[in-house]
Amino acid sequence: MIHIEDMSKIYRMGKVEVRALDGVSIDIAEGEFVAITGPSGSGKSTFMHLLGCLDTPTSGTYMLNGGEISKLKQDKLAEIRNREIGFVFQEFNLLPRMTAAENVELPLIYRGMPASERRKRCAEALERVGLADRINHKPIEMSGGQQQRVAIARAIVGQPNIILADEPTGNLDSHSAHEIMDMLKEFNEAGRTVILITHDMSIANEAKRIVHILDGKILRDEVVA
Amino acid sequence: MNLLQLIKLALRGIIDNKMRSFLTMLGIIIGVSSVIALVSFASGATSQVTSQLEGMGSNILNVNLMGRGTKSDFTYQEAMNLKNPYISAIAPTVNTGMTVKFMAKTYSTGITGTNPDYFTINDREMQSGRSITEADLDSRARVAVLGTETAKELGMLNPVGETIKLEGNNFTIIGLLASKGSSMMGSQDDMVIVPITTAQRLFRTGAIRSITVQASSEGSVESAKALLEAELKHITGDEDSFNVFDQTELLDTVRQSTSVMTMMLGGIAGISLLVGGIGIMNIMLVTVTERTREIGIRKAIGAKKKDILTQFLIESSVLSGLGGVIGIGVGFALSKILSSVANFPTKTTPLTVGISFGFALLVGIVFGIYPANRAAKLNPIDALHYE
Repeated sequence: MIHIEDMSKIYRMGKVEVRALDGVSIDIAEGEFVAITGPSGSGKSTFMHLLGCLDTPTSGTYMLNGGEISKLKQDKLAEIRNREIGFVFQEFNLLPRMTAAENVELPLIYRGMPASERRKRCAEALERVGLADRINHKPIEMSGGQQQRVAIARAIVGQPNIILADEPTGNLDSHSAHEIMDMLKEFNEAGRTVILITHDMSIANEAKRIVHILDGKILRDEVVA
Repeated sequence: MNLLQLIKLALRGIIDNKMRSFLTMLGIIIGVSSVIALVSFASGATSQVTSQLEGMGSNILNVNLMGRGTKSDFTYQEAMNLKNPYISAIAPTVNTGMTVKFMAKTYSTGITGTNPDYFTINDREMQSGRSITEADLDSRARVAVLGTETAKELGMLNPVGETIKLEGNNFTIIGLLASKGSSMMGSQDDMVIVPITTAQRLFRTGAIRSITVQASSEGSVESAKALLEAELKHITGDEDSFNVFDQTELLDTVRQSTSVMTMMLGGIAGISLLVGGIGIMNIMLVTVTERTREIGIRKAIGAKKKDILTQFLIESSVLSGLGGVIGIGVGFALSKILSSVANFPTKTTPLTVGISFGFALLVGIVFGIYPANRAAKLNPIDALHYE
């Protein structure tokens, strides 16, 4: 489903060139559970941005579902993010002024879905993360674990093929972290592709495949389990 | 995202930041309300003045002698000889200020000497008693007609039949004018009218320099004026020694100057609307910076440039629109206050309200474009990592 060939990302800081990602090639098939790990500064964040279509590579190929996306314009990328990828961030990234339901609804709104269908899907998604009773709560009225579950509901509501989780447990206590990991596993078992970015090896070990990144290059790519 | 949701979202943002939103809207509120109040005031004044002028009759001509040249003034008979076939009434007048005495009370006012036509031309009716007749003129009768205000100032309850003193001469009051209110020429109820022949003796001058003429119809004003001018030129031999003035000319002048005044007042108030727009732009730039992260999140989950652009444009338009609505309310209240202070009705037209509200909305949109565009162009990654 994902085919990346010789992808590089170069940032220019004044006269210095920083190769954040240096000729990475990888294939990820549908239904995989991949953890991408590496120390900070290794380039895993840049890799995550490129995988998530939040940014475009300086060079190389990125085929998603058979389509080349590395040369697409911002608005086209937004459309792909909306349909193909569900994001889960370390800082939850919920909109503070909106209720859980409104937050979850947002991707569907940008997709232009009619309100009745939106509401139905949104309730289903919140139900799946066990927050059916928190529909009208705002983020500040919820615990960190609950907020992250809302974020997961938002990621899955549009039924994307890929869930991209960037340190999803980084801000959570171990109990909540477990809950979140269980959920991600559950989605993977339901056939979704899950890509997990983390520096925490105990979390990475929950995945079926671990990709180690160092200095912008893939150091090791191993299948666990 | 549909429009209704965006408006709701914007309204929620405004309510969340009550103080800031109010201060931002204040510029628009002041702008819209001052446009409405000032333009209402000006157009009220315009219609007041024009209706007064029209009330004076559009078929009236005023002849003034400038007191230049060989023939600088007329006798009564000479003035009356100016009558031509297009003229239905002619009233030469002499005016002076004098002190009127009644019993122990004295009061200074204008004394007008004229003939019976004066009452027809100026549309003056009697509240009681009679007006001046030709017989009064022939006999130089010491009779006077009073305005209601003059009578009041002199403390008269039933003026008709009473005697007043003008420079030591007794005058019998034969009539009281019906009240006509004040015009831009001053009160029309504060006057003493006496037969012109009597006035000429009282004032110790026979010279007449002011004649009011009524054309037989509105259509004959032009002809009456032309004939008068020809005759006057013939008599005085100098075009510049007299002046024939008709009301339509005056009306046009007044209309022109008041419409300039209306436009100027509207323009000045419009500038404050523009300043309000700058306030909106300022706060929208702050909002965009504050909400960089929100913009990043929205973009990450699929918002396009257009979505972000409309969101912020709607926000600035809702700000200015809401300010406009409040401004309309304040404007109405202000024009009511102005109306009671100025003592005439102000005129608030739907056009004024519509234009000022439309302009406010436009200002919101125009000044919202730059901040909204800035938000829409943000890079999703930079926005997401903004602290």
